[in-house]
Amino acid sequence: MVRVVVDVMPKPEILDPQGKAVHGALPRLGFSGVVDVRQGKRFELELEGEATEDRLAEVHQMAETLLSNPVIENYAVTVVE
Amino acid sequence: MRIGVVTFPGSLDDVDAARAVRLAGGEAVALWHGEADLHGVDAVVLPGGFSYGDYLRCGAISRFSPVMEQVVEQAAGGMPVLGICNGFQILCESHLLPGALIRNERRRFGCLDQRVRIESTRTAWTSRYVAGEEVTIVLKNGEGCYVADAETLDRLEGEGRVVARYVAGNPNGSLRDIAGVSNERGNVVGLMPHPEHAVDDLCGPGTDGLGFFTSVLRSLVS
Repeated sequence: MVRVVVDVMPKPEILDPQGKAVHGALPRLGFSGVVDVRQGKRFELELEGEATEDRLAEVHQMAETLLSNPVIENYAVTVVE
Repeated sequence: MRIGVVTFPGSLDDVDAARAVRLAGGEAVALWHGEADLHGVDAVVLPGGFSYGDYLRCGAISRFSPVMEQVVEQAAGGMPVLGICNGFQILCESHLLPGALIRNERRRFGCLDQRVRIESTRTAWTSRYVAGEEVTIVLKNGEGCYVADAETLDRLEGEGRVVARYVAGNPNGSLRDIAGVSNERGNVVGLMPHPEHAVDDLCGPGTDGLGFFTSVLRSLVS
């Protein structure tokens, strides 16, 4: 078994109202010095077998078709173990 | 003329959409998300709501439902499709329409009678309006902020594919005040406001929304 993480983030030019809301809440809680917050999603996929090139190509396909919307989001694939 | 209205798990406005079809003089046909069969309808409405609980992204799961395979295929052949609110989100996720809908700029779920200008009457769903006509239609969404890159927006404007625009205030931060867009052919339209809630004086802000449904009936006859 291998664990692959797909991180999905809103593209830099896309407005992120959720991140803005979190950013706005931090000073109210007494946390200072945070310049910006962007909120994304993290998917942890448990795959059978090894992280071969073919399997990873498939993960990229999953990320492009379902896990992210390429119009508004970027994604990154990381093999964890 | 038979207009199909799809029900997904979490659809809210399918009954109102079917009623709007009937008030416009059409026959409403109930379609089910899990069935890859459009039962020979002449056009399809994807209604508002929270299909699949808005899990992952609004419309992201619905896009892969069996009924949507048929809708995408038939839309390519010219069948009129109207996506309202969540339906608009599904059409964007399906790539039948460009762009995407993200959370409202001011992070509030808005529910109001919205002034909208009909910009294009060349679509299957807006031919009964006059270009530039302003109408009042119910708007209710939390993720209705339309975004696309500048090149796409310019293309939509240049090709007359901005179907409707917010006037008297932009309620959700949509780029260029866009309330609705169409595909190149004009048979597929996505709209954030809800015309199906403006078809009856008794329980809505008037009947300004009826034109979307009478338009498609006329386009099917001709």
